[in-house]
Amino acid sequence: MVPISTLHYLVVAAALFVLGVIGVLTRRNVVIVLMSIELILNAVNLNLVAFSRMWGLHGQVFAIFVITDAAAEAAVGLGILIAFFRNKETVNVDEVDLLKW
Amino acid sequence: MFLENIYLIPLLPAIGATFMFFFGRKLEKRTVSAVCVGAVALAFVMSCGAVWQYTHTYTNGQAFDKPMYTWLGSDTGHLTYTTKDGYPADFQAQVGFLLDPLSSIWLLFVTGVGMLIHIYSTGYMAHEGGYYRFFGYLNLFMFSMLTLILANNYALMFVGWEGVGLCSYLLIGFYFHRKSASDAANKAFIMNRIGDAGFILGIFTIAWCMGSMRFTDVNAMAHSGHFLIGDPTLTAAALLLFVGACGKSAQLPLYIWLPDAMEGPTPVSALIHAATMVTAGVYMVARSNAIFVLAPTAMKTVAIVGALTAIFAASIGLVQNDIKRVLAYSTVSQLGYMFLALGVGAFSAGVFHVFTHAFFKALLFLGAGSVIHAMSGEQDMRNMGDLGHRTPVTHITMFIATLAIAGIPPFAGFFSKDEILWQTWTSEHGAYIWLWVIGYGTALMTAFYMFRLMYLTFHGRPRMSHDVEHHIHESPKSMTVPLMILAFCSIFAGWLGWPHSLGGSDRFGAFLKPVFAKEAKVFQEEGKVGQLASGEREEEHTSGTEYGLMFLSVAAGLVGWGMAWRAYRHADKGYPEPIEVAAKPIYTALYNKWYVDELYDYLFTGRRKVRNVRLGVLGLGDASAWFDVHVVDGAVNGTGWTTRIVASISKWFDTWIIDGIGVNGPAILARILSYPFRLFEWGLVQWYALVMIAGLLGFVFYYAYR
Repeated sequence: MVPISTLHYLVVAAALFVLGVIGVLTRRNVVIVLMSIELILNAVNLNLVAFSRMWGLHGQVFAIFVITDAAAEAAVGLGILIAFFRNKETVNVDEVDLLKW
Repeated sequence: MFLENIYLIPLLPAIGATFMFFFGRKLEKRTVSAVCVGAVALAFVMSCGAVWQYTHTYTNGQAFDKPMYTWLGSDTGHLTYTTKDGYPADFQAQVGFLLDPLSSIWLLFVTGVGMLIHIYSTGYMAHEGGYYRFFGYLNLFMFSMLTLILANNYALMFVGWEGVGLCSYLLIGFYFHRKSASDAANKAFIMNRIGDAGFILGIFTIAWCMGSMRFTDVNAMAHSGHFLIGDPTLTAAALLLFVGACGKSAQLPLYIWLPDAMEGPTPVSALIHAATMVTAGVYMVARSNAIFVLAPTAMKTVAIVGALTAIFAASIGLVQNDIKRVLAYSTVSQLGYMFLALGVGAFSAGVFHVFTHAFFKALLFLGAGSVIHAMSGEQDMRNMGDLGHRTPVTHITMFIATLAIAGIPPFAGFFSKDEILWQTWTSEHGAYIWLWVIGYGTALMTAFYMFRLMYLTFHGRPRMSHDVEHHIHESPKSMTVPLMILAFCSIFAGWLGWPHSLGGSDRFGAFLKPVFAKEAKVFQEEGKVGQLASGEREEEHTSGTEYGLMFLSVAAGLVGWGMAWRAYRHADKGYPEPIEVAAKPIYTALYNKWYVDELYDYLFTGRRKVRNVRLGVLGLGDASAWFDVHVVDGAVNGTGWTTRIVASISKWFDTWIIDGIGVNGPAILARILSYPFRLFEWGLVQWYALVMIAGLLGFVFYYAYR
């Protein structure tokens, strides 16, 4: 039985990251896009925690910050989403092209 | 007790009028007569009592002045203004009553003649509609006239002045369904307004000069020596007052309303347009004598206008055929006499003539009314004749009045007219000798047209249709009794002024002396001994000239009588007019009233035009309107048009040059230049993310495989 090394964590994190990126790029529903962003952030968190095994607790502290940041980002993102839904009656991200102005 | 309650005198008719206004329609004719005649009769009794008490209380001719309350302005000095000479003065007018010899005389004959005419009207108007309306107006008139007479200041006098004007309008237009009557009413009202404008300006001028509108204050100021004789402001004030008098008393050039005023019922013509209202102008000038004597120019104007009016109106009266119109022109002419007297400084003689004239002219009008009544409404003398024995009372009383107006002694008119002519002759050392000639000519004409009227009406051959002739009857007692009373007065009223030269004592002049005495003094100090108010010249009255003039004026009356007798004694259908036979053009001019109405139509009303072009005032208005439309408006429109053109150019410049090149130009340029960059911004978040990740991968591969 191979002991679980840092590399294993990094592989899982990379897999999560790729899943998140694919989710962000391909899904049309904004809710799922937001969830995919959470995946990406959690992949980063996993990396931070994994590296903290080798270099001390800084990584874990930072991960706590990222989780907080993710919660705030989700709140703001969902708030924007609700406001947007009230105007456009849609949550499809490809119908949201207001950013060009 | 009468003087203290003097306010009741105007109030009684006012109550009558108010009563008629609210309840008249529902009342019976008997009640209407009782209320209205009763009110005026009571006022007459009150007036007699007041004058009796006044003469016994104020023996020195001092004025009785009873203020009731402050009506205009304030008596606490809140409304002050600066007079012409820079003194502060209160603007204030009271409701207050002034009784002095002058107002006593007016008070007595206005209420007396008014009462008789009220009684007469109960008979005359018996078969007419609007009975209560007629009496209501008459009572309202009495109220206004008595206010005018008894007022103690110019403002209150003006209230009465306007009131009588209104009643005159209402009564001339009494038969308002007849267009001619309502036109005549309008004419009277408008002519009077022209005069009233002058009057009210005169009042303001006096208030500005004297600092008060109260007669006693104004007189005191005028007598104080503060103002010099010929003071220009006072002259202006006097002339403005005289404009008012011209309107109300039908003098040139505002007289034309009075003949037309005969459209009203005959008692109205007698009361308002002969005996009382039209003498209001004389009253006002006599009341303002203190101002007039300080303005010799104004006096001269009054005398000349009076004399010209006298002969002008008399000449028209010579040929008129409407019985009431003859009398109307006669009234204008006699009013001219009164102003002539005032103008030469013979105030008391003028007032005396007002007094006698009130009786005989009222009598003539009432007699004419009786004739018209008998003739079933016919007023044209060409269709009358031989009424003498069928209406004996009317005939005899009118004959007495005719003798009086023609100046045959010892009837009333002789004394007053002779006094006026004598005073004119002696004024300013005979400076007004031409005015005397005019007055004398007028006397001759007066006798002629009055006896012409008598002969055409009561003598000669009957010229009316058979139906009318059959219907002729003497008027009822209610009409003949006033005639008889007035006839009595026409004989004896003149005796009050029996001159010293004929052994009398001129009690009338003596009674009035306190009112005008101070003026006599002013004249004397100026060295104009000839122009004295009456009562200051007893020694001159006995000169031979006076007897000569007296003889001449009686002769004029008799000659006029004789000429009328010759021409009209046997007048039958189609009788010749002597003036027409002698000089046809003059007759036509006289018959058409010297074309004055036509002239005024050309000059003022615009009813007559020369080929669609109006002349005179309205022509000026038309010319101004044309100038306004074509030149002023043209300039305005031209300016507007130019502005619009400039504005369009400016707008074009703004749109295309400023906005186009200046403002939008850079924006468009920026837009064009930015186009390639905008292509990168297509707005879809996931594409941005894809590009971002592609870039990230690019960097990763770059660094990994370098």
